[in-house]
Amino acid sequence: MAEFNITINGKEQTVDADPQTPLLWVLRDHLNLVGTKYGCGIAQCGACTVHFNGTAVRSCQLPISTAANNEIVTIEGLSEKGDHPVQKAWLEHDVPQCGYCQAGQIMTATALLKKNPNPSDKEIENAMYGNICRCGTYTRIKAAIKTAAKSEQS
Amino acid sequence: MSKVKTGIGRRSFIKSVSFAGGGLLIGFNWLACKRPNEDGVEEMVLEMPEEWFEINGYLKIGDNGVVTIYSPNPEIGQNVKTSMPMIVAEELDVDWDMVVVEQAPLNTDIFTRQLAGGSQSIRQGWESLRTAGATARQMLLIAAANQLEADVADLTVDKGVISHKGSDRKLEYGEVAKAASQVAVPEEVELKDNNDFKIIGTSRKNVDGKKIVTGQPLYGLDVYKDGMLIAMVVQPPAFGMQFKSMNADEVKSMPGIVDVFTIDTYPEDMEKEWSDTAAFSKLAVVVGETTWQVMQAKKALNVEWELNPDLVKKMQILEKSAGMDGTSGLENTNIHATLMAETGARNSEVVRRDGDPEAEFKKASRIIERTYTCPFLAHNCLEPMNFFANVTEDKAELLGPIQTPEYAEKSVNKRLGFELEDIDIQMTRMGGGFGRRLYGHFLVEAAVISQKMGKPIKLVYSREDDMTNGVYRPAYHVTYRAALDENNNLTAFHVNAGGIPESPLFANRFPAGAVDNYLAESWSIDTNISVGAFRAPRSNFIAGAEQSFLDELAEEMGKDPIQFRLDMLKRAENDPVGEKNDYDPARYAGVLEMVREKSNWGKETSNVARGVSAYYCHNSYVAQILDMSVNGDQPVIHKVTCAVDCGIVVNPDAAKNMVEGGTVDGIGHAMYSQMTFKEGEPQHNNFDSYRLIRHPEAPKEIDVYFIENGIDPTGLGEPPFPPIMGALANALYKATGKRFYNQPFINELKSGVKVKG
Repeated sequence: MAEFNITINGKEQTVDADPQTPLLWVLRDHLNLVGTKYGCGIAQCGACTVHFNGTAVRSCQLPISTAANNEIVTIEGLSEKGDHPVQKAWLEHDVPQCGYCQAGQIMTATALLKKNPNPSDKEIENAMYGNICRCGTYTRIKAAIKTAAKSEQS
Repeated sequence: MSKVKTGIGRRSFIKSVSFAGGGLLIGFNWLACKRPNEDGVEEMVLEMPEEWFEINGYLKIGDNGVVTIYSPNPEIGQNVKTSMPMIVAEELDVDWDMVVVEQAPLNTDIFTRQLAGGSQSIRQGWESLRTAGATARQMLLIAAANQLEADVADLTVDKGVISHKGSDRKLEYGEVAKAASQVAVPEEVELKDNNDFKIIGTSRKNVDGKKIVTGQPLYGLDVYKDGMLIAMVVQPPAFGMQFKSMNADEVKSMPGIVDVFTIDTYPEDMEKEWSDTAAFSKLAVVVGETTWQVMQAKKALNVEWELNPDLVKKMQILEKSAGMDGTSGLENTNIHATLMAETGARNSEVVRRDGDPEAEFKKASRIIERTYTCPFLAHNCLEPMNFFANVTEDKAELLGPIQTPEYAEKSVNKRLGFELEDIDIQMTRMGGGFGRRLYGHFLVEAAVISQKMGKPIKLVYSREDDMTNGVYRPAYHVTYRAALDENNNLTAFHVNAGGIPESPLFANRFPAGAVDNYLAESWSIDTNISVGAFRAPRSNFIAGAEQSFLDELAEEMGKDPIQFRLDMLKRAENDPVGEKNDYDPARYAGVLEMVREKSNWGKETSNVARGVSAYYCHNSYVAQILDMSVNGDQPVIHKVTCAVDCGIVVNPDAAKNMVEGGTVDGIGHAMYSQMTFKEGEPQHNNFDSYRLIRHPEAPKEIDVYFIENGIDPTGLGEPPFPPIMGALANALYKATGKRFYNQPFINELKSGVKVKG
């Protein structure tokens, strides 16, 4: 066990954990931030996606020792009132079915739009390849990303 | 208007007060009152009342008019948590914006069939939900009439405001809620005419939408309680094996580990429920402080496994009969394939015979015979199996994702010996169900572990545990034969269907009833691999197979595939063969005609390959047309057009979402997914090798149309899923010139199919 300082959603926190502990489980088990989901544990499903210094990463593969002293944003910190354009677009399109994967989808989508504010359909599909939606809401996810892109540009 | 008996007794009324007032409901926090309004953008905040008044078990009304409606059924993503309360709110005549929805706990005194399965929540809940709303409305009116010293008949309601005809006096629901809660439950109430619906038939947003997109705790895996420990199980690596021994000493001293032991979830003398299907009863268990610590200990744990002698015996009988030489009880996918091919080639149990099919086949001028197969499938709910349990000396508190809480309660009653009233089961929102969470062994395991530890625990399956734990969709195999006379007329139809360990046959579904000479046979092969219901059980294979065969048959007969089906349905409608046909030919034809029109069938462009399919299951009718092309060995789905008849559509946009999801799911499983076995061991344990459909593989566009007929509603969780597999196979044929008979289709597509061109 060791102590790590980590900035999550703009708030500095200290965590006492094994250095190999993935950020996913630090968030969930230590910090009570359960919006970041466990789906596969091997970076294949995207449910655990968070922003690491602004880039979308799979938190199940990010040891706390690496995450420490960096800026992490989770779904809970994406916006103060849940009104990020991507979140709003998700509600407008009523995207979720079971909803379990959607936090990860939103985190990947927001990172995409930051880098590429006006992605083509193909760019959206490729950027979202790593996020599985078991319920099959892919067409709505794509529509929501396009709506968010439009609203951010206007 | 129609009058219905309320059937709501005083007992359930009183009982409801105790549960609703207890504050035990998961997911209830002040965020429940915040949600997007109709356009999904602006956030609406409802102010909570000072005091709530129970009107009946389904709802309570606050002194300020805010209404809480309890959604009785488990929410697995089918959106009943929104649509069921909409039905209550409709008859209650309340403004939907004033409604807060909460998940009801298991309560068999008030609710019937608190189960997510068979696409039945809306269909079977329709009348009771309406009655609950109408009963409450009537009680509010009676209370208002008393207060106004008026006749109930002179009162009208609009959005929770009661008006007196002939005067300008008005009362809001909140003002009479207290008095209404004291009113005797009326024996009979009136339900609205469909034409008067204001909420049913309008699109309302998912009541949990805001929580989902902001990452609030909703799911079983999100449950964290004071003093709670994490438990994980270690299960045998292969079907046919069982626990022998383990050395837990080293693991017990690992950081954060509290205990390591074994449990026997289902002792032999325990009377099991149907929902107690489990691959393995005896499991090693690791309990610790955090999930990651327990995962590490689980990996380090040294367990010895052995062959399960009972299963070896069973397999000896099975495999010798087919001339196979494996006698270990450890099964293999290639042997399964041989066994199914051999068994499927024999005559089997006759389930239905019309006319004299054997004679017609003898004199046929041409016989078309095709065989279709599909593999085992894992459900792969994205939220792995889990459950929270806090079993104390006198009470079992259980909280988590379960599709069958009522049966799970009985299982806990039998396993732990607690009386039903001492077992409290509450449902979280579920990260997918698909049938997997009908089988609540994980809930029982959690209860047993908590009892043993004397502490609250959350049982967590890793993805690998989840995927290799069985309760799979069975492997199926079906052979179709059609007899044609010299004029190319269909004279006889034969289906011989089987699987491991069950047959997918529905002998009385289309085309039964449309063919004079019809034969349906069924067979099965035993296995030690545990199986269970998977979204649209049996239909999820036989629909695609049947619809592929009909497509090929139409082509052989030189007919348009839609017209061919419509002609057969016309026959079934006008002059049905047999009496047990369990579909309505007119409604079936209705969706085919609609999809033909909406997709501009027959006017497609040359570079798009189209396939059509239609099926009836779980009381709803779905027809789909899939447009695709094949790029190298990559399928590209351009568009799917769906026509659906599920009667009244309660929540249209959400219903579209279900149809879109079922369509994507069907394409995904038919094209990409399979579970295979080698020496009993599942050959896939995570999403690196188990393929699920991903973003670029989904259709670029899905159009959904509903038949409007005012018939009482039926479900949508399952019906859109099976037929799309046939549309996909038929489109693949158009794109490649080759028929696809064996799922997952990607295997044959990758093995060097030339694109037609």
